[in-house]
Amino acid sequence: MNQILRTYEDRLIKNGLAEPGAPLLGCLDADLEWNRPDTDFAVFEAIFERLNINSIIFSRPAEPYRSIIDYLAETSNGIITPQDCETRTFFHDLPVSFQFSPDEITSILKKRKSIIIPGRGIITCGMVGMEQAYVTYASVCFACFIKFFSDFLWDARRGNVDERKCNLFDGVVNQLDPPASFRGSMMKGPFNSADGVCEAIQEAGRLTVEHRLVDSYFGNISFCYGQTLYISQTGSSLDDLKGCIDPCPLDGSSCVPITASSELPAHLKIVQTTGYRAILHGHPKFSIILSMDCDIENCTCRETCHQKCPHDRSVRGIPIVSGEVGSGPHSLCNTVPEAIRNEPGVIVYGHGVFTAGKTDFNQPFKNLIEIENNCRKEYFDRIR
Amino acid sequence: MNMYGWCGKIARINLSNQTGYVDTADPDILKMFIGGRGLSGYYLREKITLDWNHPDMPLLFFTGPLVNTRSPTSGRMTIMSRSPLTGTVGDSSVGGSFAHQLKKAGFDGIIITGKSETLCGIEIQDQTIRIVDAAHFTGRKINEVHSFLKDRGSTAIIGPAAENGVLFSSIMVDRNFAAGRTGIGRVAGSKNLKYLTVKGTGRTKVFDPEGLRSAREDVFRLAAASPVLLGEYGISRFGTGALYDLMDARCMMPTDNFRKTRFGNASLMNAYAFKKKYSPKKTGCRGCHILCKKITESRTSMPEFETMSHFSALLGNRDIDAVVEANRVCNEMGMDTISAAATLACFSEISKKKLSPQKIVSLLRNMGRNKGIGAELGKGAMIYAQRCGRSDLAMAVKGQELPAYDPRGAYGMALAYATSSRGGCHLRAYPISHEILRKPVATDRFSFKGKARMIKIGEDLNAAADSLTVCKFIFFAASLEEYARIYTAVTGIKTSGQDLSETGERINYNERMMNAANGFSGEDDDLPGRFFESPGEKDGDIQIEPIEREAFLSARSNYYRARKLDKNGMPVPKVARQLGLRPLIIPKGDL
Repeated sequence: MNQILRTYEDRLIKNGLAEPGAPLLGCLDADLEWNRPDTDFAVFEAIFERLNINSIIFSRPAEPYRSIIDYLAETSNGIITPQDCETRTFFHDLPVSFQFSPDEITSILKKRKSIIIPGRGIITCGMVGMEQAYVTYASVCFACFIKFFSDFLWDARRGNVDERKCNLFDGVVNQLDPPASFRGSMMKGPFNSADGVCEAIQEAGRLTVEHRLVDSYFGNISFCYGQTLYISQTGSSLDDLKGCIDPCPLDGSSCVPITASSELPAHLKIVQTTGYRAILHGHPKFSIILSMDCDIENCTCRETCHQKCPHDRSVRGIPIVSGEVGSGPHSLCNTVPEAIRNEPGVIVYGHGVFTAGKTDFNQPFKNLIEIENNCRKEYFDRIR
Repeated sequence: MNMYGWCGKIARINLSNQTGYVDTADPDILKMFIGGRGLSGYYLREKITLDWNHPDMPLLFFTGPLVNTRSPTSGRMTIMSRSPLTGTVGDSSVGGSFAHQLKKAGFDGIIITGKSETLCGIEIQDQTIRIVDAAHFTGRKINEVHSFLKDRGSTAIIGPAAENGVLFSSIMVDRNFAAGRTGIGRVAGSKNLKYLTVKGTGRTKVFDPEGLRSAREDVFRLAAASPVLLGEYGISRFGTGALYDLMDARCMMPTDNFRKTRFGNASLMNAYAFKKKYSPKKTGCRGCHILCKKITESRTSMPEFETMSHFSALLGNRDIDAVVEANRVCNEMGMDTISAAATLACFSEISKKKLSPQKIVSLLRNMGRNKGIGAELGKGAMIYAQRCGRSDLAMAVKGQELPAYDPRGAYGMALAYATSSRGGCHLRAYPISHEILRKPVATDRFSFKGKARMIKIGEDLNAAADSLTVCKFIFFAASLEEYARIYTAVTGIKTSGQDLSETGERINYNERMMNAANGFSGEDDDLPGRFFESPGEKDGDIQIEPIEREAFLSARSNYYRARKLDKNGMPVPKVARQLGLRPLIIPKGDL
């Protein structure tokens, strides 16, 4: 079998996004290749014939995603609209269909990168390879998770939880991973070489993924060594950073880091305006969910929480700030550096958590875990 | 005609009899080919077998439906004809404000045929078209002519090079924006057309302004999240020269006529060095928020990435001022910087003479003036090398010189160079986006696996972009998914990203048909032998090896299947019909 197909099938399973044997992956160059036989080949071959794509993933998600996604899809009006940053920026919304036919699937994939078919699974496609289909698949799972728990909290506050929803919620909660814990030790600073820094970044990235503090490809990590910030590349997978770390000279004398993470402006500003040198940015789910749980009634800024929030918000002492990805006028690089200066970390609305340390990644990683675990506890406290 | 987006009007101008009239565009054709490159190709196809300098050969200027609206990065147009340099379809996408003014004047495009007896200009003000004498501009440089004409609106001007027979002559828009590639400036020169000016006052109707606002915000959000576009080291801050360091770091900077892939002086001649030395300001095309163009207070245009790279590394030149001067000379004389530099590099290798900074600049002037060895070099690297009996040293595909990405460092780029319908060009498929810049995701740059279809899809995407006449750079961040919403909001025509991609497929197939009609086949879809024989440099874990010939040929065969061509790379009539393309009647038969 095509090694690329094997790689992404394994990744889906390893990251808890699909169960063994479930994913069907197809890629088309001159010939169409599949990772396994399937009775639905004809449907997907028709889709490949009609669309200018080169890869498809079709799979039932693993639990708890399966129950969550089926529920959201069944209760949607054909479109799920998560409010998290990833979906808002890169996917816009998540279309749903109840028909598993080439015509229906094609008509939706013409406009969007994914389609959810309740009871059957998620179909995603890529025009630039299997990785694109994989990232979309992972993001659909992530976005639906965030939306499900956010919606439940919203409804619970207002007494809108019926028995079905309540049972589903209990079932989903029972299948959650246990809270992250880490009793080991990471590489200790101060580091005395660029190679050492890169090793420390790789270790921190791998542990962040292993502890499920970031899904898909959306976190980033950096360390400032001397006058150079070493930072993960854009679209890199934090558990596989070898060869994907850009050196970024603080004096701007080289544009090699043009491939650096989208959040480079925030990392640079943190380094330049605080004493921190190690920065970790993950997307832990309950922190994101709570960042969007605002109980200020009749707020006039409700539509622009992700861009600018006039209120001082926090959860269990950790500040929540607004801000968008990258370098635009509402960029999080304008909010995070100031907010993190005297705090263990900062949560960005609907997006993720930044933590920072002075000599290595031990403290930022511990802070990331602690913030997420506190948010998780806080979430269930609020439910009660 | 009540149209949204398009004007529905085309200016047809015949320089032989000095007449012009306003033609009506067929709405069905507009939908099938959109605008820009697509629409130009539609109007070119029936004449494509004529010689490039035949009076009936059209020179086409086409905008798109999004121009003169608030659609992001939409202020571009395509200039097309048959290329004097390659004999293929010849086109160039260009920014500035010409497209914007043309739409304001009420035209989607201009079709120029015939040949003026003396040098002339075309001046358009709203619906009034004048053909005027321009003999007094004979031999005048572009900046000089522009200073005379700038009050008459946006300008498109050829320089002395186009008048003097340089086959890679450009047309410069608003003095600083080059329609550089494929030598279309020479086509204007052959028609004795020195310039066009256009100024208009009209508005372009938008079907759904609120829908456009919403879709536009999505594109802005994506652009803000793009390190390449608006990041700390992106092209908005440093210009396209921001790519310079990366190409060297990835060991794929063409150096010494592609004999090497790293340049020892790169860190001293990068975008940072230019910024520090010249303190340029940001500017850009009309309606663009990225503003990648860099110009000094004295109106000196900073070189683009390709120009920076080829006038330094490719020629082994370590003088940063000479790069700026070479760029200035090319822009004033009206020559494509990529072809000019690559031809000099070929000359340097054949003659075994390293060119000093002064020699580089003087040779460029002589090219433009058709003087001495410059007259020979003005025919491009391939013709010059053939005359010297060393065609192997012309680093060109289909006669067009290669840009500044060594194909041994990115195999998708290698395939895309070979299959490009206009010869050695990085922009048709632009796989650098995923092979180097990691957008939308990263792919393995040292593998042909899956690249055939990726290149086909990339070509379709960029054909659609060139026909919407939006900037290709925005697709480092956004996709046709977002631009489909913009297109629908502007025109009222329901579409999808995939529908636009299918239109791109039609446009590419049409170009392939036109090239086939002129005798091009799979044999022409090839790279210079050097890339299959010689390695590049090594740095750490990166080792630039020669491309494996069999793997390349296999990928090319796969491309033909993905593109639905026959095994020799020729168009298939049945596929053409399925794409809505009528057969192309040529003397040898139908295609």
